[in-house]
Amino acid sequence: MSEPQTVAPNDHEPPRRLHINVLRFNPREAGTEPRVQTYEIEEAHGMTLFLALSEIREKQDPSLQFDFVCRAGICGSCAMVINGRPGLACRTLTTQFGSEITLAPLPVFELIGDLSVNTGKWMRAMSERLETWVHMNEAGVDLHKMEERMDPALAEEVYELDRCIECGCCVGACGTLRMRPGFVGAVGLNKIARFRLDPRDNRSDDDYYELVGDDEGVFGCMSLVGCQDVCPKNLPLATQIAFLRRKMLANGLKR
Amino acid sequence: MKIVYTDVLVIGGGLAGQRVAIGARRRGFDATVISLVPAKRSHSAAAQGGMQASLANVLKAQGDSEDVHFEDTVRGSDWGADQEVVRMFVNTAPKAVRELAAWGVPWSRVRKGDREVIINGQRVTLTERDEAHGLIMQRDFGGTKKWRACYVSDGTGHALLYAMSDRAIASGVPVHERAEALALIHDGGRCYGAVVRDLITGELMAYVAKATAIATGGAGRLYRVTTNAVICEGIGTAIALETGVAAVGNMEAVQFHPTGIFPAGILVTEGCRGDGGLLKDGEGHRFMPDYEPEKKELASRDVVSRRMEEHIRKGKGAKSRFGDHLWLDITLLGRAHIDRNLREVKEICAYFLGIDPAEQWIAVRPAQHYTMGGVRTTPSGQSPALMGLFAAGEAACWDMHGFNRLGGNSVAETVVAGMIVGENIADFCADPANDIDFSTGLVRDFVEREQGKLDALFASGGTEDASAIRAEMQDLMTDKVGIFRTGRELEEAVDALQKLLVRSRSIRVRGHALGANPELVTAYRVQKMLKLALCVAYGALVRTESRGAHFREDYPRRNDQEWLKRTLATWPDERGTLPTLGYEPLDVMRMELPPGWRGYGAKDYIDHPDTARRASELEALKGRMAGADRFTVQNALMPYEHLLPVSLRGHNERMDERLT
Ligand SMILES: Cc1cc2nc3c(=O)[nH]c(=O)nc-3n(C[C@H](O)[C@H](O)[C@H](O)COP(=O)(O)OP(=O)(O)OC[C@H]3O[C@@H](n4cnc5c(N)ncnc54)[C@H](O)[C@@H]3O)c2cc1C
Repeated sequence: MSEPQTVAPNDHEPPRRLHINVLRFNPREAGTEPRVQTYEIEEAHGMTLFLALSEIREKQDPSLQFDFVCRAGICGSCAMVINGRPGLACRTLTTQFGSEITLAPLPVFELIGDLSVNTGKWMRAMSERLETWVHMNEAGVDLHKMEERMDPALAEEVYELDRCIECGCCVGACGTLRMRPGFVGAVGLNKIARFRLDPRDNRSDDDYYELVGDDEGVFGCMSLVGCQDVCPKNLPLATQIAFLRRKMLANGLKR
Repeated sequence: MKIVYTDVLVIGGGLAGQRVAIGARRRGFDATVISLVPAKRSHSAAAQGGMQASLANVLKAQGDSEDVHFEDTVRGSDWGADQEVVRMFVNTAPKAVRELAAWGVPWSRVRKGDREVIINGQRVTLTERDEAHGLIMQRDFGGTKKWRACYVSDGTGHALLYAMSDRAIASGVPVHERAEALALIHDGGRCYGAVVRDLITGELMAYVAKATAIATGGAGRLYRVTTNAVICEGIGTAIALETGVAAVGNMEAVQFHPTGIFPAGILVTEGCRGDGGLLKDGEGHRFMPDYEPEKKELASRDVVSRRMEEHIRKGKGAKSRFGDHLWLDITLLGRAHIDRNLREVKEICAYFLGIDPAEQWIAVRPAQHYTMGGVRTTPSGQSPALMGLFAAGEAACWDMHGFNRLGGNSVAETVVAGMIVGENIADFCADPANDIDFSTGLVRDFVEREQGKLDALFASGGTEDASAIRAEMQDLMTDKVGIFRTGRELEEAVDALQKLLVRSRSIRVRGHALGANPELVTAYRVQKMLKLALCVAYGALVRTESRGAHFREDYPRRNDQEWLKRTLATWPDERGTLPTLGYEPLDVMRMELPPGWRGYGAKDYIDHPDTARRASELEALKGRMAGADRFTVQNALMPYEHLLPVSLRGHNERMDERLT
């Protein structure tokens, strides 16, 4: 029979004191500057950054801003830069670090305050620009009838790319985006790859080329692979981008 | 004062809210959604296991129909549900799944031929029919006779919410993210919209609308241990309650899910048991068959959760430094199955428990999971008390779940209710009789009143701390208003919650940070949450019977004679500390399925005086109609189709039931 595994410090050792350094800035407070504030807390068994930050806000500093929603690694709200690397704070256990943990907001996105950034606004703009929905003839769907068939393996492939949670980690880790602020990011290119696979979307490669066949799209990516390294859902982002680039290149040549 | 005008204001950007907005938008009305978070981060994303709809594609679903889904749902509800609404729901659910399929949801699909599954701990080979190849799959879920839960691996909610949100974007529905409704604007008879706080700037605004829909999800955060997201605080339900006019129904009906991971409470889906996973105790013994020989691990959630707690009380739990728990064993499903169909479960186990569920057992214990209660509506989705106010999804008490909802019926409800309420709201807006003739004075009064309340939290002479009060409330709810309830503990809870509510009126917000100010947010929310918590605890105290998820140790029997009725709570006195409870009887003489034994759980209940009479009436009717098709018979027993929007009426095609 299996035993519960301990993912936290050994029972016999005294709990660690963690120093959580947070890059703080409230853009709404005129005349203030970004600064690092350090909070000291006692590590608890199974402590995640969600638990640590919540405790800090409840017990030490009620003004600290951050975003958690599902706290289970599903909704993508809590991406931040954790010791230099973008990741989901809610499922990051403090045990994986030394006693110093440094947290900063994701770059690229508009800062709301402290660790909270406006990923929603960025993602909605990306969705509108790339038209990230199935293009279809709505009038053609009779809801009383049986559904259209779909190849089971293809459905799984679509789901594989559909698992993106728009957390923004790939955007935060993207070297290209630093230079080309209009770049659609791995998140955007993955969406195009997803809809391109989906037989229900009646767009052609010509249509996709119009959307991403330029330097702000698939030809802008400098293949630094930062995106795939940090994707919390392990999506094959770099592979998909390379694949899409070949398809779009073929389409471009044909023009 | 900033005022936003729209035809339809939808408060909540989950599955229900966005589907309502899309429905209204397609009919040519402006619909604006507001949401605490980006729509795609709403808690609907967390649904893992599936969506119930009687498509009957897989072998184990053969013979499924609206009728079977209806019976399962009513039994699941322990006869608390509104049976007409259940009929509306089961007839629309297949249409909802098919609409979502057309919108791009990558539903898992049937593969023809042999496949191995685990049923009751045994490996079984099922041979799926050739004709089913490529149609939408169903898996088994608790409390159902047939396999009915359509799913996308175990990321069903995520896939649905993304398809829905993308469809909303395609339809041009604006979503005002990071916006929170603080109060409904109304004159005691008609709702005109809401006072909304911008969670980036902290500014208050008014949204004025012909119709307002509340689709704000559940209130799990009233409890300490819950599977719900941190934003599931019930604020939308609370602002309806705070009108003093609109009622919230059955708030004491709170569902506990058997398999929250221990101790964090994060959910692992019912699909684990549906796919063959077993519950085991501290000695590794599979205990559910001892209690529930028929449905075993797959009895309804209320029953399984109670049996688990009962077993722990007998000292049979596994011990850990955080207390006792039980085990969920899915190792028997095999790695390939887990990798394909239970991926989120695998990730959750890896990140939060540090285990590999293909090799090790998962520590679980029941956790608060679902709010059956909510804003009371008629079958059309409108509040009977406040014209122009609608509700849909988990925030509503529409009431298809009664005292226990079946797994997979909730995401199905969100979409189905969204489809129905979206049409009804459009009809409402199209009717000139519903044009609003509102006074800006009223709107100004409401905004000023809300601003005044916020200002008072800073200026208060008190010393109370909002986070501390919230924590006390959550402890009370988990410890005294949980799975097993007694009059004594409920009385203590009601008493303590009232004191907390009084204390919450002396909360002092110290920080003046500009913007959302999280300290302020906690402060105003906890005042509202306490009112809801009191509806739960007080409703539970007064209901001296056990029904579905509401279990009273001092009144263990279901008592149809006295309690076949829905609790309606209102909060007429803003300074009061208790809701006013009223009751809405359920009419046995109109039921298609009169109360009886659920097929699992206790067999012992007190009949309603009308039950026998209605049962024989139904028997006679059915006898007279021998030979008629099932739709004609159903219509004679309890007509409901007139309640559905015209576009959603009509039969559903199945492989074995073709439309002619
Ligand atoms: C972990 C988990 C797993 C589940 N799995 C399943 C499953 O497999 N099958 C199933 O059928 N059901 C499942 N459920 C239940 C189901 O997911 C939910 O009941 C359902 O998704 C709720 O949808 P909704 O649209 O009503 O609300 P939500 O999706 O919760 O959305 C609520 C919306 O309201 C907004 N909001 C809230 N308050 C305010 C306010 N004051 N002002 C403005 N906006 C506000 C939020 O921002 C959000 O957009 C699960 C639930 C949980 C917790």
